[in-house]
Amino acid sequence: MGILEGRALSKRFGGRLAVDDVDFDLEDGEILGLIGPNGAGKTTLFNLISGAITPDSGAIAFEGKSVGGLAPHRLCRLGIARTFQKAKNFPGLSVYDNVLTSAQFGKKGRSDAAAREMTERTIEFVGLGPFLGKSVTDLPLAGQKRLEVARALATAPRVLLLDEVMAGLNPSEVGGAMELIAMINESGVAVIMIEHVMKAIMGVCGRVMVLHHGQKLAEGAPEDISRNPAVIEVYLGGRRA
Amino acid sequence: MGNPGLRLDMKKSVPFAIVAAALAAVAFLPRFASAYSVVFCSSVIMYAALSLSYAMFSGPTGYVSLATAAFFGVGIYTSAFFGKSLPLPALMIAGGVFSSVIAFAVGAITLRLRGVYFTIFTFGLVELLKHFVLWTETTFAGTRGRTVASFGSVTVFYCMLALLTALLLAAFLLRRSRVGKALSAIGESEDAAAHIGINTTAVKLLAFSLSSFAMGAAGAVMATRWAYIDPGIAFNSLMSFMPALMAIFGGTDRLLGPVAGAIVFAALEEQLITRFPSLYMIIFGAIMIAAILFMPSGVTGLIRRRPAKRKEDVPVGDS
Repeated sequence: MGILEGRALSKRFGGRLAVDDVDFDLEDGEILGLIGPNGAGKTTLFNLISGAITPDSGAIAFEGKSVGGLAPHRLCRLGIARTFQKAKNFPGLSVYDNVLTSAQFGKKGRSDAAAREMTERTIEFVGLGPFLGKSVTDLPLAGQKRLEVARALATAPRVLLLDEVMAGLNPSEVGGAMELIAMINESGVAVIMIEHVMKAIMGVCGRVMVLHHGQKLAEGAPEDISRNPAVIEVYLGGRRA
Repeated sequence: MGNPGLRLDMKKSVPFAIVAAALAAVAFLPRFASAYSVVFCSSVIMYAALSLSYAMFSGPTGYVSLATAAFFGVGIYTSAFFGKSLPLPALMIAGGVFSSVIAFAVGAITLRLRGVYFTIFTFGLVELLKHFVLWTETTFAGTRGRTVASFGSVTVFYCMLALLTALLLAAFLLRRSRVGKALSAIGESEDAAAHIGINTTAVKLLAFSLSSFAMGAAGAVMATRWAYIDPGIAFNSLMSFMPALMAIFGGTDRLLGPVAGAIVFAALEEQLITRFPSLYMIIFGAIMIAAILFMPSGVTGLIRRRPAKRKEDVPVGDS
């Protein structure tokens, strides 16, 4: 049994089915890539899993228990953390306080000392040690993305949803981000990542799921997905009959 | 790591002592000042308390509430109903409790609204309560207004001062608490706050109720000074706008910002009304616009240290 399961998930916005009858499974300890053209419903699926919006129909189970319809803060405390496509760090707080806030609220009953320890450990882990006392606005884009990841990690998740953490990064920064994701995964966190950088998807994901017009188009090993004619057509805008 | 906490206390102890000394000095005012000064100072302290309680919730969250007059009015009517049977401190607590209960009920429905929708609803609440009270009074009591028991201007002065002192302490503790941090996080980004485990609805509700307690308590005290009240006096929307403007003018980033704003505003109002009675509102408006344009963080923002620099002073690395 997987750590996270979605069954027949649907979400409608007005007349458009943003997510249409999608099933997915996430095994404990795996990295699942989520790809698809813009507007395919990837972020909507993340919003459904993380509780930002509730599904119109379908079920979500985390560690075997139904979690559909729970509020975001409840899901976070259970162990589902996420990042946002456009980083939502707290600009008025320092790097340290950004992560500390996550560490303090991400798990119930964590003492202040434990939260501070977690904060320092997480900031070191994502490589933001030198920026510890700096303001968020002092961070370059890659740093902002890392901080976004650190804020999610400080809640000690079992499942981490990464929404385009590599968008806008240069090739060497992408390499660094891939290393970070692998490290997070090795520490025992299952990951679902939305990404447009194919090199990254192919490099770190054990399995890839493709969404198109809200529906699941394909699912499988990265090398199979990259050879799948339907996927190629969607991505390269191939000839249609 | 207790060390940075200790250093923080050392740093904070100087302003803390200044505030305590200032409050103590003000407490001796009725001994030598004129009766008029005591009454004027009571008003200033009332505005300081209202502005501070407004800033407790609206400052960090950025949710602009125009419900201050509603909770102030609830306090006023508490004194109007029970003023002849209860001492003033008990009236303050009762007014505060009634206000908090109403704030909790209203907040549970409306704090799901964001931005301007919340603001409009809170403003509507003042009108709603005003007309509800007016209707119940004329229908069931057969009256429009009520007389309120008087406790004397010196008692009013000390009750207001006690309220402000308690409120300063509460606001200080709130800012340092986890709830205070959660409120700031909500103001920075409510979505992000929810996704790191903050129960945003509960935190907003708690702070909204807490801030309305002081508004109700202040209303309970002021009512006893007015002798006669009716729904139009009790639920005056000016009491929603003034505390908000004072808090913005003084700056909500600092604990004492709203207090400074209230003092400056009240003094300014007093001078302008006596010197330029017909031009008063025009001058007042111009000053307000200038303040928002040139002092976005308020009066206290001008003397604020830069936050990034301050954080480096605190050795967060060693544990």
